[in-house]
Amino acid sequence: MTASRDTQTTLLSVEGLGISFGGLKAVNDVSFAVKPGEIVSVIGPNGAGKTTLFNMISGVYQPGAGRISLSGEEVTGMEPHLLARRGMSRTFQNLQIFQSMSVLENAISGFHLQERGSVLADLLSLPGSRRRAKAAEEGARKLLARVRLAEAADREAGNLSYGSLKRLEIARAMASQPKILLLDEPAAGCNAVETEEIDHLIAEIAASGVAILLVEHDMKMVMRISNHIVVLDHGEKIAEGDPATVSRDPAVIAAYLGAEAQTGGDHA
Amino acid sequence: MKMTPKLATLLILAALVLLAPFLFPSNFYYRVGALIFVNSIAVTGIVILTGYAGQISLGHAGFAGIGAYACALAPAHFGIHPALAVVLGAAISALLAWLVGRPILRLKGYYLGVATLGLGILISMMLNNERQLTRGPDGIEVPELGLRALLKGWGLDLTNGQFWYYFCGLCMILGAWLALNLHNSPSGRALRALHGSEVAARTVGVDVARMKLQAFVISAVYASVSGSLLALQNKFITPDVAGFMHSIEMVTMAVLGGVGSVLGAIFGAAILTLLPQVLTVFAEYEQLVLGLVMMLVMIFLREGLLPSILRKLRRKGE
Repeated sequence: MTASRDTQTTLLSVEGLGISFGGLKAVNDVSFAVKPGEIVSVIGPNGAGKTTLFNMISGVYQPGAGRISLSGEEVTGMEPHLLARRGMSRTFQNLQIFQSMSVLENAISGFHLQERGSVLADLLSLPGSRRRAKAAEEGARKLLARVRLAEAADREAGNLSYGSLKRLEIARAMASQPKILLLDEPAAGCNAVETEEIDHLIAEIAASGVAILLVEHDMKMVMRISNHIVVLDHGEKIAEGDPATVSRDPAVIAAYLGAEAQTGGDHA
Repeated sequence: MKMTPKLATLLILAALVLLAPFLFPSNFYYRVGALIFVNSIAVTGIVILTGYAGQISLGHAGFAGIGAYACALAPAHFGIHPALAVVLGAAISALLAWLVGRPILRLKGYYLGVATLGLGILISMMLNNERQLTRGPDGIEVPELGLRALLKGWGLDLTNGQFWYYFCGLCMILGAWLALNLHNSPSGRALRALHGSEVAARTVGVDVARMKLQAFVISAVYASVSGSLLALQNKFITPDVAGFMHSIEMVTMAVLGGVGSVLGAIFGAAILTLLPQVLTVFAEYEQLVLGLVMMLVMIFLREGLLPSILRKLRRKGE
């Protein structure tokens, strides 16, 4: 995989990205690239700026510096719904499920870009509107089967278990047929079985050619499935490379152990 | 054929409109019924704006005022048929909602509530003060729609009260049908999605500002048509139709019955229209009771009366 990194074209490239919140540099001068079908993980201690980085890439935050390009087109600071049209999709660390909808409706919502049409046609329930909705429903049922939620389709989303909701979010994000999928801690709060399920799901999605950018705390999972790892600490990139290289990097070990040593010191 | 919630709602509404007259103690109740249906139309618009899209308007009576005065002024000044004046009023309301909503709905937060509050007061002031055009607080007469005479020509002889009862009932069912169509359509799903989580809706590609604007414009048209029907059946209209209390009434009716459901909101409209008519004591304390009802519903039945009752029944059934 490492050899092919250089031959394939870059899908997402991030150059010198930075943002400050009230003088505090939350993310500073971070650069990396993601290629199609590749799983790239962003790791780092708590508060390293991983989610902030995600929010900038997915258009939720406006970056203060740097540039982002998707398929060669500059998309820095572009609104999330426009990024979705260009093939970017994401999940959230703190689940963002449409709670009052059924599981099926949540999945159908992911097909918004394919099913949307004139609001007048929707009000009058014209055949075109019904056809689009039906196609989206069929697609959604297939996706739910893929994340093993087919049985729960008609349940209210708010009643699902945490692990199921995580899979539902991935299904919803997959519905727009993205070129790149950003997953923010997909296994957080999941038990070992659920983590393994999500693990398989991510590998499967990547195998279908979708690039994955992952933030995850479960190091075993990260080391197992990543092709490439970017390490952040205090908002800066301190290391980058394949799992084996990164896990041996002295700066990475220091960041993780240092963080633990510091907490220990606070207690004393 | 499977009974969908949409079909069930429409059948219930149709049955109520057709069967209620058998229980009427006097012809006066045709008039009360017609008022309920007129309010139901405005409240159905609130369901789309607040129940589906999660946006609050505190000035929707302003659009009702535009619809009402369009029926009074357009026939008198431009010689337009009153039926066309309804369409004209709806078009002006839609345009105004679009102009006001476009800059506001790009912002996050409760700006729409504040902006519509201002807009409603502005329209109400204009109707009160532009005496030369609107004849001010004393009100203005509205021409006959003429449909009743047309029906009589076809052999369907209805009293004035009966005609407006059935005509407004039909309009209410039509409005409910449109709103229910929207609920399960791609646009309605997008509205409910941005209500649930704006950030998640944006990442699945929903143009949040555009969708909110569409919901606002549609709900303004509902309010406008409701105002027009009120003016046409009363054959007289005062600026009160655009007043702040009327805006609050619309929101309270929807919230009381259940702002997420068309049937619930109509239920709320029925209760709050009926109470002051049957209990004259209530009429004196209407504003007090409105406030109290709003508070109690928010504290104890946050989904509104009808959804809460249905949930309780379903639990018991299980």
